[in-house]
Amino acid sequence: MTAALEQASAQSLLRPFQVVGDAIPASLTGVAGDPVRGRAIVVKRENTCLLCHSGPFPEERFQGDLSSDLTGTGARWTQGQLRLRLVDASRVNPATIMPSYYRVEGFNRVGPAWRGKPILSAEQIEDVVAYLATLRD
Amino acid sequence: MNAVRKRARWLAPAAVLLALAAVISARAEIPLAERRSGYADLAPDTKAMQDDDTSNPGMLAVLDGEALWKTKAGNAGRACADCHADARVSMKGVAARYPAFEPTLSRPVNLEQRINICRTERQQAQPFASESKDLLALTAFVGMQSRGQPIAPPADERLRPFLDAGREAFSRRLGQFNLSCGQCHDDNWGKRLIGNIIPQAHPNGYPLYRLEWQSIGSLQRRLRNCMIGLRAEPYEYGAPEYVSLELYLMWRARGLPAETPAVRP
Ligand code: HEC
Ligand code: HEC
Ligand code: HEC
Repeated sequence: MTAALEQASAQSLLRPFQVVGDAIPASLTGVAGDPVRGRAIVVKRENTCLLCHSGPFPEERFQGDLSSDLTGTGARWTQGQLRLRLVDASRVNPATIMPSYYRVEGFNRVGPAWRGKPILSAEQIEDVVAYLATLRD
Repeated sequence: MNAVRKRARWLAPAAVLLALAAVISARAEIPLAERRSGYADLAPDTKAMQDDDTSNPGMLAVLDGEALWKTKAGNAGRACADCHADARVSMKGVAARYPAFEPTLSRPVNLEQRINICRTERQQAQPFASESKDLLALTAFVGMQSRGQPIAPPADERLRPFLDAGREAFSRRLGQFNLSCGQCHDDNWGKRLIGNIIPQAHPNGYPLYRLEWQSIGSLQRRLRNCMIGLRAEPYEYGAPEYVSLELYLMWRARGLPAETPAVRP
């Protein structure tokens, strides 16, 4: 009970969102993201997507093979499903190795510089969702 | 309404399970027959660098260590060699069975800490600082006397709780990226994390020369690198948490040949 309350208070630093089934249907910011900025976020090394994924990024010499190619993601998933997978993939698959990009609770020994902060901001999540939605074939 | 209540009832135990699953990830250990040193993942030119003592940059530290071995130090005015004589004989196989239980401290110590015990108690000198050039040199020199010998963690019951703690730490998710050591090194070894092949995380080459460091470094420095990579707060050098992890890594690598001083990217 206390744990649940603590969780609610720390998570409340983030914008509230509602999970419906396996999706977060509504934009975290209330507006649609920008797919051009979204692509830049996905390929930027510190955002880590390409540590594990590959995708339609011919300019990126190094891409990971711990998970799927992102090509065609927009055809496989709705924007709401993509949003939940970015916000907290562990809600879909508790054993996942994909980090939770918009979550600040339930972690161990987070380094001081990162404590209490999500990996991506709500705006960045929306930009990435908008970009992934364009990957339709 | 009814559906909502049902869902809520289902969610409570599920949330507990999810929380547990998030902290401890259940994994299988790598079968003994599939274990391989990080050497196997090296590019051919890095292998060649490790194989040839005249091109292996780690050998410079070994030579420094050999000189220190013979140097008198501290209030006792004794050199390591004064008590241990020829390291090729007295130190053969020693590094392959560290960390070992230290009765005076009631806990395991790694090779660096064991050397510092002789430094302070036998030589009556100031202990070497963690990661200092001299400590790495002596550790590399002592370590090299086990080169080619199988990693042989001691079958010492007193080590068991520490070994268990190390195994547990290896499976605990860490940092903002929320990954355990084992999720990469047990479940995904051999795959590519961007440009780097994920090795099995064996400790059999330390201290070693890492090209990225442009220097020789300890196993704890390597563990620190992985922790920082996960955006986790690393432990202090010498912390018992690291020694337990080292102990588990040695147990996990049992039988693999020691390679000190190895070379890694
Ligand atoms: C540490 C590895 C890792 C990182 C980093 C990572 N992912 Fe994933 N991702 C996975 C895995 C593994 C899956 C497969 C589903 C699962 O296990 O949850 C996945 C699934 C996905 C999916 C669903 C894919 C599909 O079509 O089935 C999308 C979309 C996705 N990731 C996007 C991203 C984006 C965007 C980033 C960076 C912001 C990212 N991932 C970072 C490991 C990772
Ligand atoms: C005055 C004698 C003396 C000096 C000098 C000395 N040692 Fe020792 N060392 C010992 C003795 C005795 C032991 C074993 C007994 C014990 O546990 O203390 C030992 C144990 C060790 C061990 C553990 C061996 C094992 O089998 O587990 C290592 C490694 C070691 N010494 C390295 C060094 C190094 C390196 C130096 C120089 C910096 C050094 N010693 C200086 C007396 C000495
Ligand atoms: C996201 C994946 C990942 C996680 C999680 C991770 N590591 Fe690593 N680790 C790597 C990679 C990649 C390398 C190799 C780096 C290189 O080649 O530059 C490595 C290297 C190592 C090595 C060196 C092996 C050798 O051959 O010298 C050890 C030891 C190690 N890791 C231990 C750990 C421990 C202990 C943890 C948990 C605290 C951990 N790692 C967490 C990816 C990971």
